[in-house]
Amino acid sequence: MKTDPHSTPANSDTLLELEPLLAIMHQAIEQKLHTISTQGCSKDDVIMIGIHTGGFWIAEKLYEKLALSTPLGSLNISFYRDDFTKIGLHPEVKPSQLPVALDDKHIILVDDVLFTGRTVRAALNEIFDYGRPASVTLAVLFDRGGRELPIYAEIVGQTLTLETAQQIKLCGPSPLKIVKTDC
Amino acid sequence: MISKNIQLDEQGRLKHFLSIEGFKRQHLISILDAAEPFANVHEQAVKKVPLLRGKTIVNLFFEASTRTRTTFELAAKRLSADVLNININTSATSKGESLLDMLHNLEAMHCDMFIVRHNQSGAAHLIAQHVSPHISVINAGDGCHSHPSQAMLDMFTIRRHKKEFANLIVIIVGDILHSRVARSQIHALNTLGVSEVRVVAPKTLIPTQIETLGVHVYHDMQSALIGADVIIMLRLQKERMQGALLPSEDEYYHQYGLTEQKLAYAKPDAIVMHPGPINRGVEIASSIADGPQSVILEQVTNGIAIRMAVMSQTLGRSLNIKPPKQITAIAEESH
Repeated sequence: MKTDPHSTPANSDTLLELEPLLAIMHQAIEQKLHTISTQGCSKDDVIMIGIHTGGFWIAEKLYEKLALSTPLGSLNISFYRDDFTKIGLHPEVKPSQLPVALDDKHIILVDDVLFTGRTVRAALNEIFDYGRPASVTLAVLFDRGGRELPIYAEIVGQTLTLETAQQIKLCGPSPLKIVKTDC
Repeated sequence: MISKNIQLDEQGRLKHFLSIEGFKRQHLISILDAAEPFANVHEQAVKKVPLLRGKTIVNLFFEASTRTRTTFELAAKRLSADVLNININTSATSKGESLLDMLHNLEAMHCDMFIVRHNQSGAAHLIAQHVSPHISVINAGDGCHSHPSQAMLDMFTIRRHKKEFANLIVIIVGDILHSRVARSQIHALNTLGVSEVRVVAPKTLIPTQIETLGVHVYHDMQSALIGADVIIMLRLQKERMQGALLPSEDEYYHQYGLTEQKLAYAKPDAIVMHPGPINRGVEIASSIADGPQSVILEQVTNGIAIRMAVMSQTLGRSLNIKPPKQITAIAEESH
């Protein structure tokens, strides 16, 4: 596989700043778009969707850098969570906004942190209730390991190894800030 | 002493939804907010979300209903719950089985929620007091007392058109005496802090001491309409009328029917609402019911979202785990 220094996820225990991580993701998404275009698909067939809320903030930043012709979508997975019976309905659920029909589209699904994979599982279920996409590519700012489901991110800003008790999250929306905490 | 509101559980979360009384403003706002995203579910290719998958919901309608029963059923199905519709006329209650015996039988079938409509005021409360702790009860209309989900879908419709409740003048016209919808609306409107609620009807159709609920009583429709932002028309509930309360339907329409001529007294952007079923030419002119200011069909659509929100909030309680902070913050005992 071709190794491009700009599109290779950073592997380090030191947190990178947001902008360099976004640059890595941007580069990798451009490559992915190129691959999709070689399969005979146009930019109209690509839809970027951010998972509410951190994922959507990242998606907004990436969307600015990419010249996509379709509007940016946002996904709120609250109705698809697997812990509803344990924690109940989230008090502030914002509606999902998917302005374009998803049938036969190539979806770039964006989230801030990939951990157990349960959020992505919920997001995939919701996406399929809106249509049958041609493909879904997962793009995340951080992959912190600890997967509990067979979920894989093709596009990663930085891979981290964190203790279970450690948390990394995105605060925002303006300014966006990466916060690492010990619980 | 603080009396316990049986609509809330020990942690202050919504357990039953029986009447608007007993809820504070933040409870009602939380239901309205929760309904917003459910209003978009119908846009999905698959018009369902999996929140209540595996739950069994029983529609117990002891009184006729089309809109309420079907929208409760649709709401439950869009939440992926299984729904039982018990036809009371052909059920064992007509063979002499008591209401509570029937409930215990349904409990034995591991149902999770009862949606109850009954012609006796207090029926849903009675049922809520006798069910097992894991079961939620929703009142879909009891006698002349309460119809809380209808009031909430009306509040949802008003908020979508008017944004804020604070400066609104709302008038409710018609058979206030028999209307559980009007009672629930009055409680909800005042709890949400509208500027003024006016009720308009002939003296025979206004209950005594209705002023104590915080409304102004009018018998002349024209003066009540002046400055109104929201006009709620009610049906004459002839099935509940005993004795001669009205001279004739024609006379009633002449005095209290909403016509274009009368509507002109309200604010130009006033919305016209009706809980249905409407009687054209009795309480409302066809041209108004089908006109640009009418939101009557929106109310029906919004009913599904509100009922989804109430069902998810009541059934989304774990019996053992503490709720997140945001929920405990709004949960207080009622007085």
